[in-house]
Amino acid sequence: MGFVFPEKYGGMEGSFLDLTVLMEEMGRACLPGPFFSTVILGGISLLEGGNEKQKERFLPKIAKGEIILTLAVTEVSGNYEPEGIETRSVKTEEGYTIDGTKLFVPDAHIADYILVAARTEEGKGNNGIALFIIDTKSPGITVTPLKTISGDKQCEVRFEGVKIKEDALIGGLNNGWSIIQKVWPKIVVARCAEMVGGAQEALGMTINYAKEREQFGSPIGTLQAVQHYCADMVADVDGCRYITYQAAWMLSCGLSCDKEVAMAKAWCSDAFRRVTAKGHQIHGAIGFTEEHDLHLYYKKAKTWELFYGDSNFHREIVAQQMGL
Amino acid sequence: MDFSFTKEQERLRQEVRDFLETKVTDGEFQVKSNGWVESHSQKFSKDMSRRGWIGMTWPKEYGGHNQSYIDRAIVMEEMLTYQAPIGFHFLADRQVGPAIIHFGNDEQKKTYLPKIINADISIAIGLSEPNAGSDLVSVKTTAMEQGDFYIINGQKVWTTGGHRADYIWCLVRTDLNAPKHKALSEFIVDVKTPGITVRPIINMAGVHSFNEIFFEDVKVPKENLVGPKNRGFYQLMAQVDYERAGLERLMQNYPLFKNLVEYAKKEKRNGNPLSKDPFIRNKLAELEVEYQVGRLFCYQVAWTLSQGRIPNYEAALCKAFCTQFEQRLSDAATRVLGLYGQLMPGSKYAPMDGDAADSYLWSVSYTIQGGTLEVLKNIVATRGLGLPVAKS
Ligand SMILES: Cc1cc2nc3c(=O)[nH]c(=O)nc-3n(C[C@H](O)[C@H](O)[C@H](O)COP(=O)(O)OP(=O)(O)OC[C@H]3O[C@@H](n4cnc5c(N)ncnc54)[C@H](O)[C@@H]3O)c2cc1C
Repeated sequence: MGFVFPEKYGGMEGSFLDLTVLMEEMGRACLPGPFFSTVILGGISLLEGGNEKQKERFLPKIAKGEIILTLAVTEVSGNYEPEGIETRSVKTEEGYTIDGTKLFVPDAHIADYILVAARTEEGKGNNGIALFIIDTKSPGITVTPLKTISGDKQCEVRFEGVKIKEDALIGGLNNGWSIIQKVWPKIVVARCAEMVGGAQEALGMTINYAKEREQFGSPIGTLQAVQHYCADMVADVDGCRYITYQAAWMLSCGLSCDKEVAMAKAWCSDAFRRVTAKGHQIHGAIGFTEEHDLHLYYKKAKTWELFYGDSNFHREIVAQQMGL
Repeated sequence: MDFSFTKEQERLRQEVRDFLETKVTDGEFQVKSNGWVESHSQKFSKDMSRRGWIGMTWPKEYGGHNQSYIDRAIVMEEMLTYQAPIGFHFLADRQVGPAIIHFGNDEQKKTYLPKIINADISIAIGLSEPNAGSDLVSVKTTAMEQGDFYIINGQKVWTTGGHRADYIWCLVRTDLNAPKHKALSEFIVDVKTPGITVRPIINMAGVHSFNEIFFEDVKVPKENLVGPKNRGFYQLMAQVDYERAGLERLMQNYPLFKNLVEYAKKEKRNGNPLSKDPFIRNKLAELEVEYQVGRLFCYQVAWTLSQGRIPNYEAALCKAFCTQFEQRLSDAATRVLGLYGQLMPGSKYAPMDGDAADSYLWSVSYTIQGGTLEVLKNIVATRGLGLPVAKS
């Protein structure tokens, strides 16, 4: 859990590149569980934006697996733009009061703490946003899990007059968005790494099946139609791998890589989806059942495609980076 | 060339639409993608039967209505627009009836056709087996002659509606020594016959729609053999063209398409309707063009049948194209909806009650059931274009 945290917080000082290896394996296993929300969304945000006291308070507990965290940015607008944030924080004597509704918050139903992006001032775009860490047991918080295609738990989190202390603020008062922006590439690339693993596994299952399944007296893998699908799938999976590793490596080296990150998610979003769809086509009816595992990957591919921007969203960033 | 419908046909369409509107208003069913596969209502089928919408193209002497395939397509188009619960009679109406008309004897026609037309019996299709999917000629289930009976042993799989059917239309092996394609026969088997076990399979959309069916020393009277013994494979090749060409291959998620377009017009993002977003606009228009092309493919096949001809590669082409459209539609819908596109039926915030996500799950099956996309393309290439068949 504390893989990328400094040793003094109970971590192992692993690099971000190393972490992506771990993420890839989790994706390969289609691992259910709050690792992503706790470590990537919660832990890395605290690491980037938290003060010393906050880091000392939370990171060791994360490293020991004692607490679950998550991050709540997106709201009804369903996007990842600062304009979408309408949840408000109002300054009070002792701290702040939070009101608003967050959507698609991963694992909020089991989280101990939620990092919440809230608007401090109207009309100031990305300069009027603060990030708070809030105990989910605070009065005024209601969590409702949504029913998603992949069966993961994403939630609606409502804040009604939730009172928090001054020390819940992460970074400066109007600094929230810049923290999110700093963490964002890591969130995106960690997700891509999971997609690499998932796509690799779906490909592997399919190749094995194409070798075993016989129709017309030979393995279906001897059929050129099937072979070409498999070849397309390899291009997709290898593409996922290289473009993701490139971004992960650049991030790890501290290089600027907005374009590489966007290219990685643009590619992985489409490629993982295509790989699972072709995998299903090659499996025939057996893959359309609940007892076969392939559907887990097909469903994850759709959720992960839509999370943190789909290919259209990221191609727009690439276009901007190209000076278009 | 004439792309218009006759006045009678327009009237027919209106009559069907009125019928369906009343049913929806009365709460008899809900309009929902994949509804025609999921739902099953003998009452609904009986109501259709009373209006003459089952066995529409069949000869009058067996209770049919001797109407054209275009008329049938019109009725189907409306039924599918509403995704009406036609599952009780659908397979019998689409393929079993026509097979009996072509290959059955007079006794069989008199026995089964009126019952199908009156929605008294529901029939499932038992072709596929664990090791015989695309390669149907490899079925291993056997039917061996014993006195006045055949004894069936083996297993069928993916049998849609098998748990609600009265009969199963079975492809079985009746000769263990002859070459494979000269050893198959078709039977109509009463599901209540001792020795038959139907077990559910849950599909990846979480629905029990298909089954596996086991046959253990199932004693079937000889008169249930349809057509000559050992001619089953040849009969089947003619039948699947009926299975392949219908509008049901284009419209399984039609409600999603209709609702998505409305949603894009109404729903706003950053103050503008979604329909003004260049990506969404282009995507929806592209889907509309594809849909209309697919519709013409379907009507072309219906027209060919209405001329008394059996479609050739056109049925395969039609299904290959149309099912891919359905798949592209459900994928596009999830993306137009963004994060909301992954919300399932029953979830808070799910647009169109989760029809996009749900249909994205179902869409996996669209290009597999009733002949896979690849097998269909093979047919277009070889039977349609005369390209040589690879030696195996
Ligand atoms: C929802 C659903 C409902 C169904 N309902 C019924 C039913 O009611 N009754 C019934 O009998 N069956 C039913 N089926 C079964 C269906 O007909 C088979 O799934 C289909 O024929 C494919 O067989 P398979 O699944 O064994 O795949 P396989 O035949 O094993 O095919 C696996 C892969 O190999 C490819 N392939 C195979 N042969 C070739 C070839 N020659 N050239 C190129 N590619 C090839 C296929 O295209 C596919 O991609 C249903 C299936 C589904 C998904």
